[in-house]
Parts: sequence; C-alpha cells; structure tokens
Amino acid sequence: MNAIVSVIGRDKVGICAAVCTKMADYRINILDISQTIMQGNFTMIMAVDLEQASAPFGEIRDALSQLGEEMGLSIRIQRQEIFDAMHSI
Amino acid sequence: MLTQKEIVSTIEMIDRQHLDIRTVTMGISLLSCADADAKAACDKIYAKICREAESLVRVGEEIEREFGIPIVHKRISVTPVALVAAASECGDYVPFALALDRAAKECGVNFIGGFSALVQKGMTAADEKLIRSIPEALDRTELVCSSVNVGSTRAGINMDAVALMGRVIKETAARTQDREGLGCAKLVVFCNAVEDNPFMAGAFHGPGEAEKAINVGVSGPGVVYHALQGVRGEPFDVVAETVKKTAFQVTRMGQLVAQEASRRLGTPFGIVDLSLAPTPAVGDSVARILEEMGLETCGTHGTTAALALLNDAVKKGGVMASSSVGGLSGAFIPVSEDEGMIAAARSGVLTIDKLEAMTCVCSVGLDMIAIPGDTPAETIAAIIADEAAIGMVNNKTTAVRILPVPGKQVGDSIEMGGLLGSAPVMPVHGESSAAFIARGGRIPAPLHSLRN
Repeated sequence: MNAIVSVIGRDKVGICAAVCTKMADYRINILDISQTIMQGNFTMIMAVDLEQASAPFGEIRDALSQLGEEMGLSIRIQRQEIFDAMHSI
Repeated sequence: MLTQKEIVSTIEMIDRQHLDIRTVTMGISLLSCADADAKAACDKIYAKICREAESLVRVGEEIEREFGIPIVHKRISVTPVALVAAASECGDYVPFALALDRAAKECGVNFIGGFSALVQKGMTAADEKLIRSIPEALDRTELVCSSVNVGSTRAGINMDAVALMGRVIKETAARTQDREGLGCAKLVVFCNAVEDNPFMAGAFHGPGEAEKAINVGVSGPGVVYHALQGVRGEPFDVVAETVKKTAFQVTRMGQLVAQEASRRLGTPFGIVDLSLAPTPAVGDSVARILEEMGLETCGTHGTTAALALLNDAVKKGGVMASSSVGGLSGAFIPVSEDEGMIAAARSGVLTIDKLEAMTCVCSVGLDMIAIPGDTPAETIAAIIADEAAIGMVNNKTTAVRILPVPGKQVGDSIEMGGLLGSAPVMPVHGESSAAFIARGGRIPAPLHSLRN
C-alpha cells in the first residue's frame, strides 16, 4: 500500500531526520521526498510504501501524529488513493 | 504523479474548508421481517439491522483513519415501516420505532431513517396508522427519523395526507416541547421522495431497492466558497466552471469512500449523493457561497438565480465523478444548519416566501425552519401543499421540515445544538388557509404531455 506523509508547520532543524527515523523504525520505504516553504509554512511531502511495514496503519498514524505534537508540527499519513481520486481522471 | 500543490490543496480542503463525507448510509430492506405478530416483527427488525450493520461504524472509522477524511455520520435507512408493519395486527406502530431506535443504538450509528409511509395517491390502513404514530414515536425515540411522501408528479398531491401531516407536525412539536419541538427536526414531508437518499431526516430504503446498499452523501460548501473567492468579479461562466471543477473533486472523494465502504462491508454500492450540505460552522455555508457571487445578503433579489447556477453546476461537476449518482443531489438550504442562512433570516432579508422560491431551483425544500408555536395546523398543511405543488409540477423532489416551536414567537430563537444548529423563529402569513385545507381529496397530477 502506498501512502502520502505530509508534514506542515514552522521550519526548524531536524524535522526531516526525525520523520525519516520514524519511517525506518516502522520499516516504511520512502519513495519520494519533496520539501518547500508554502504560504510561510514548512511543507514536506513524502510518498511511502507500506508493503514491509512492521505495524498496522492505525498505529503508524498515531505514532506520526504524536511525533508531530512533540515537534509542534502537523504530521499525517493518508492512503494515496484519496489524492489520486481528487486530482487525476 | 501527484504534485506537492495538489496534495497540499486536498489537506487544506479537509483542514480549513470543512471538506468531509457527510454520511455513509447503509440501506437495509426490512420486507423479510413482516409478521402477523407485531412483537415477532419488531424482534426480526432488530435482529436484521444489528446483523447487517454490525460493522458499519467500525468500517467507517477505519476509512476515516486511513484516508484522513472525516466521515461525519454513519447512518442506516430501512424500508418504509408502514410496508413492513402492515402485516402485523396492532393498534399503533410505536413499538416498531422503538425497535429501530434500539437497533440504531446497538450499532452505534447517528440516525436511522425509514419510519415512513408513501401515500402520494392514497393511504392504506397501515399508512394511516404509521402517520398517527409519528408524534409518540419521535417523542419516545432518539435516533429515529420519519418521513411521509404526500405527492408525486405522476400521482398528484394527496390533500387528505397533507392536512393530516399539518396536525401531526403540531402534535409532534407539542409532545417534544420540553426539547423546543425537536421531534419536528426528525420529520420530513416529501413530494417525489427518492428511494436512495442517504441524508436525514428523509432517508429510507425504497421498495425498489436491493436487499442492502451503501449510499454516500458528500459535503463541501466551504470548498466551493473558497474556490469562488479566487474568481471574484469574473463572469458567471467562470463561476459555473469553478463550481463544476470543485464538485468533481469532492464527488471523486465520495465515490472512493463509497467503493471502499461497499467492499469492506460486503454490501453493494448504491449511489453517491452530490449534495452541498452545509453545517452551522463558519465557512461551511451555502448562503455565503451565494453572497460570494455578489449578493449583499442571501435572500435579496438575485438569490434564486445564484442558487440555480450553483445547484446545476454542482450536478454537472459531480455526475462525471461518480459511476452512480442518486439521492437528492443538489444544494441544501436548511436554515438552522447554515450559518449564513441563520444570519440572513435574523436580519429579516431571508423570508419563508423567498425560501419557497429558492426551492424551485435547488434541492430540497423548506428545511429546518422555526415558525411560531401558535401557527395553525392548517397553515402548516398549506405550506406543505405549496412545496408539494412545486415538486409535482417541476418533476423534482421537494420537502418540508418545519418546526412550530411551542411557546415561541417571531423574534425568539431556538438552539438545537450540533449539526442541527440554531434558528430564529420566522414569520408566516397570518391569513387563514383553513377552508382550503378542509376540502381534502387529491390535487390531480399535472399534464406532462401535449408538448408540441
């Protein structure tokens, strides 16, 4: 299953490292990363593959959400189909 | 390949523009539950609903988590109870409503719809029994919603049923007066009711439907409003195109959720209802969309035209996004559930007469309107007759969900909380319609041939 991880918030040192470490902890393969500043917000989007993931989707979602809270960011993971459905015919 | 902008735009729609799936509604046929013994029928109804909808809420929540899209309500619609209860020998049908309520609570859903009767051409003994049971049923249950279809383009308007519904609405308000007549918020009177509507309070699983189905209602006024802010001052062609594109995106999401829910629940996919369903939250209002088109206040001259454009563009955009479109499909204008409508009604610009005109061009009808508690039953019946006439002649669904709030006068307002919102009590005409309603009988179906 492919999913999109989005990280939005105020830029600071170590965001990418922390999120990537979490991915590695859960054996989630990162397919693509892009990051930019949009409307003054740090925005990082990762396309990931959960084929080999070591935990169920819900647990990973909660862990990322908690990491976000700790770092003062919004971190979410959503299945890719929802973006495909809305943006491609 | 998805771009970063596309991903962020979806996240913003959900986070800041109130994009959500308004409801995943499981339709369940209860025709197999008919029994001469009313208690046995109620037991079968309870058991069947609990069996079929056991996983509905859990699956809905799983989809919410995995896709990151809120599903506000999980609901159940059932066969109009008058059809099922007709086989049972009993004095009233309140026990059937209690069985539905118990089943809905057991399944954990937000509402269950289908305490209903279809009487557009005439009433069976069971239909009449059901209608007379509505006030007590809505008083003694929490989650049950009721609807009665009193007219259709093919059958005309059953004016005996219209008159009866005027009295039933008054009685329902009186029985629930400790809750500001809240029972009436769960009661809809239809013309041309649809069989696959996922929205409450008018959802039921029509007799022409399969054993069960998953129907999904989308939302998205906030998304449309936001998109229109980007084309301020542009011609209406641009406005229509913008609404269409937005409706397409919103509906694609609804289609995805519907398919996913259908697959996980092992229940055939029914329809996606392309409706713009507002909430009382700021930024999630249909009225504000109309105002964004250039109207100072919703309800002023131009409102009907603006709504006509919006309603049509929503359908055009949505219809290509789903493999099966149905339900009510259009912009809803429930006064108490729409922050902009509430403001417009409070200011006196939006009146019942204007709302009636608006219902000619949108889905569905006079919805969630509080009126003075001393409004006569005949006046309420006449309001229903007017709405039904609009639906009958124009081949569309219309409905009345009106709350004559006991003890309240024009200038007062009521608070219902949650998605039901708050409503200023709106004035109705004081001149009597009693002699008109007393006639009874049927208004014949309109001529829809001789088109040359």
